Amino acid sequence: MEAIYAFCVGILTTCGFFLVLRGRTFTVVMGLTLLSYAVNLFLFASGRLKLDGAAVLGQSIEYSDPLPQALVLTAIVIGFAMTAFVVILAMRSRADQGNDHVDGHIPVQSTKSRISEKRHS
Amino acid sequence: MNLLWVVLLPLIGTLVPLFTERFGRNICTFSVAILPAWSLILVLMFAGDVFDGQDIRQSIDWIPAMGLDLSFRLDGLSLLFLLLILGIGLLVILYARYYLSAKDSMGRFYAYLILFMSAMVGIVISNNLIQLWLFWELTSISSFLLISFWSHKSEARKGARMALTVTGAGGLALLAGLLLIGNIVDSYDLDTVLANGDLIRSHATYPIALILVLLGAFTKSAQFPFHFWLPHAMSAPTPVSAYLHSATMVKAGIFLMARFYPVLAGTDLWFMIVSLTGLTTLLLGAYVALFKHDLKGLLAYSTISHLGLITLLLGLNSELAAVAAVFHIINHATFKASLFMAAGIIDHESGSRDMRKLNGLWKYMPYTATLAIVAALSMAGVPLLNGFLSKEMFFSETLNQSMLGSLSWMIPLLATVGAAFSVAYSLRFIHDVFFNGVPIDLPKTPKEPPRYMKVPVEILVTLCLLVGIFPAYVVGDLLDVASFAVLTHEVPIHSLAIWHGFNIPLFMSFLAMVGGATIYYNRRHLFEFQSHFDETDAKHIFEGIIQSIVKASQQIITTLENGSLQRYIFLLLLFTLVMGALPLLDLTQNTGSRPQIPVDGVTITGAVLLILSTIATVIWYRQRFIALIFLSVVGLIVSLTFAQFSAPDLALTQLSVEIATIILLLLALFFLPQNAHKESSNRRLSGDLLVSGLIGCVIGTICFAMLTTPLSTISDFFIANSKTGGGGTNVVNVILVDFRGFDTLGEITVLGIAALGVYKLIAKMRIYMPTRDDKGRAWSNDPHPMMLEMVSQSLLPLALLVSVYIFLRGHNVPGGGFIAGLITSVAIIQQYIAHGVLWMKPRVNIDYQWLIAGGILIATATGLGSWIFDKPFLSTWFDYFGLPWIGKFELASAMLFDLGVYLTVVGAVMLILANLGKLTTSERIHIKEND
Repeated sequence: MEAIYAFCVGILTTCGFFLVLRGRTFTVVMGLTLLSYAVNLFLFASGRLKLDGAAVLGQSIEYSDPLPQALVLTAIVIGFAMTAFVVILAMRSRADQGNDHVDGHIPVQSTKSRISEKRHS
Repeated sequence: MNLLWVVLLPLIGTLVPLFTERFGRNICTFSVAILPAWSLILVLMFAGDVFDGQDIRQSIDWIPAMGLDLSFRLDGLSLLFLLLILGIGLLVILYARYYLSAKDSMGRFYAYLILFMSAMVGIVISNNLIQLWLFWELTSISSFLLISFWSHKSEARKGARMALTVTGAGGLALLAGLLLIGNIVDSYDLDTVLANGDLIRSHATYPIALILVLLGAFTKSAQFPFHFWLPHAMSAPTPVSAYLHSATMVKAGIFLMARFYPVLAGTDLWFMIVSLTGLTTLLLGAYVALFKHDLKGLLAYSTISHLGLITLLLGLNSELAAVAAVFHIINHATFKASLFMAAGIIDHESGSRDMRKLNGLWKYMPYTATLAIVAALSMAGVPLLNGFLSKEMFFSETLNQSMLGSLSWMIPLLATVGAAFSVAYSLRFIHDVFFNGVPIDLPKTPKEPPRYMKVPVEILVTLCLLVGIFPAYVVGDLLDVASFAVLTHEVPIHSLAIWHGFNIPLFMSFLAMVGGATIYYNRRHLFEFQSHFDETDAKHIFEGIIQSIVKASQQIITTLENGSLQRYIFLLLLFTLVMGALPLLDLTQNTGSRPQIPVDGVTITGAVLLILSTIATVIWYRQRFIALIFLSVVGLIVSLTFAQFSAPDLALTQLSVEIATIILLLLALFFLPQNAHKESSNRRLSGDLLVSGLIGCVIGTICFAMLTTPLSTISDFFIANSKTGGGGTNVVNVILVDFRGFDTLGEITVLGIAALGVYKLIAKMRIYMPTRDDKGRAWSNDPHPMMLEMVSQSLLPLALLVSVYIFLRGHNVPGGGFIAGLITSVAIIQQYIAHGVLWMKPRVNIDYQWLIAGGILIATATGLGSWIFDKPFLSTWFDYFGLPWIGKFELASAMLFDLGVYLTVVGAVMLILANLGKLTTSERIHIKEND
């Protein structure tokens, strides 16, 4: 089970970073969302995996580690606030700059490559 | 009475001129002189003890943990330098009063000058290496300010920058050298260092430490090949040159070599580097000085030459040579300071420093001329003047060495050649300026300067004469204690007399005189010979080097920093990958001993779903709507994962946040392009994929290693005390509102700030509202579907009831303020979706900012409330009560805190989503542009 869990965290990280490396704001936001899943799962994993051990006194024999859970809980909520901030920033950037590229302007290279792509097709 | 005051008084004095400047020049000058004079008196009061052979030491704890003390010592060498620094400093203060014009800011000048003086005083009385270095750097900085005093002149700025660059770089080398020395003897205490000479000289790092320290000394004392900054520093006002470039700044390097003479000198390496550098500098300076048409240029190269002489003497590894070096420090300071001042007077009264124009000034200023001639003769080494005595000692020491083996005879020969040039340029200074025809095109008619401007020169010239005629009486004792401090043992017998009989040094002097006169007489041929060489201006070379360094740095910056955020992140990730992966290579096994949970079918299904939808998000990332749907699937499975692994609170939170996030992104997507073109080249895509894939592998590996490692946690405390101390059985919630309540307070504050930031961003947004989608289809204008309206309306009370329930039970079973807040928000958002903003506005007229503020205030007030009961911030209280019908229930202050959390969460989520939603309608929030 641990291996599968770790593999999922790895996949989320990979895909998250790949999307963060893209040039358009919305994609980056999606990448950040994936990354925050990965980070939360990773942090949660520091309390190790345990089945049927919710940290509610009297409901299980052995309890899972409640500390990472408490930390991740606030992290999830703040993560939402940060995603919201970034996505609104992205919208604002588009409103003010007229494009949705992370640099605030379309880089020369990518315009070129798009032109060459059109020529090829 | 404390040694600290010797440096502290001038340091305080730095501020004096800034206050007294407004009271006129005389009062300003007088007030400036008080504190250094006081300091000088203190030094003189200490002097008695020093002459009795008692060094004075004092120290105050500075950073004891690092072995750093504010530590001072006053021995013979320090005493000598203090007298020079403070004595000549006072004369320069007086001189500058007349030199500076009404346009110059006197207060600023004096402030810099006194700052420099304090730094020099600090260097010579420091008894701690690091402290010494700090003052050393302070001299570099303050001399920069002084040289660039006339900052409107380009050459002043350039000269100052050059001096700062060279001496500053040397200062860094010195720091490294001092650290090495401190490392060898395991102390930065100068006494300890000086007592461990043998240890240092025999240490493996001695050569490196020596070279580094000498780099510091050579750059400061303008030794070849670092001499070039000194002539350019002549663009400073002449009082500065008279002070810095005769007696103090350039002598700091000499002081350093003398100070470390007991520990660094005595080896062949020392001899090779120091004496040869000194000899080269001596010859080069003397030769070039002759050809300088600028008075101060001549003096600058002459200074370089004399510094070379002192360096050479220190490098000879002979005790008598060291005594001669100390003696020449005194003599050079006196005659060179007076010559600089005389040059300043000539410049001041005639308007030029060009010796081609300055001729026959004897007629106009005979008195000044006499003073200058005496000083220049001392520089030439004419008998009955102090320069002669130390030059004789120098000659005899060059004869007594045999360090170059069979080539040793060259040193006295070259010394005589250098002395001959010295005579020649001194003659030029005298003859060219005061005689040799009539002035040519001078801007002003020369005249004698104001009476008191001559006083400092008179005093210094008198000293030259006194030392020259009665050496033993005037400086004998001082020379002895200073030499004792350099040698750290009994000073060898030497005689300070004018007449030693007919001997070889006298003959060498005679040769130098005749040679110098001959050279000067035949100067036309020499000048013509010299004119065949292109004059390489060090300034251009220096500027060229600086320019190319700047260019190279710019190139590196533009390559690394090309303005593309994608590239920065890529590089950052690459770096993280290397740093993260390297330690993993050493890890032989990544599976720990913790027993693993067996795999079951449900989990496998979940995992496959998660992986597939994650990958799908990436594959269709340009069809953003599809990607978003897959993203929401990922989020749902993440919340299921939390549920699976015993974290019900997390599962609930993730689930409700997921809904809010997806709604948020959907709203945003309405305003952003729904589809994107392919932009990145395949090469870039595969590069990005490679790096992020490798990072994923690293993170996954670490995660797996962590998961399989047995857990040691501090949570047992929380589990044990949750019920008894926090009054709740849901440990996660008790941690949030009780054990780590302060963290949570911080977190909801961040949440509130983020929401307000979003509000502000939305308020000024001028975004285009699309009426059609990417494919040109118009957005539907349908009113809100009736089914949804009805269902959501009837669901609302239910949803609110659930959130109240979740909130209330949170302390004991999964739930709590965060989750209840999110559920409430989602319930309200549902109404927005079903009915639209216009419908909601009159019905839910809540100002969400107030909700956030209220929430944080409640939480804070709960924390503060515990102060009333004399408990620390955020202490909780709880108790159990009974009521008929309801039964036994618990009341806890933590619930009030949780209410604050609840309100903040609702406020934040709603502030973000409702306002974003309003962008699509005429209900957009508007804040005035100048808000």
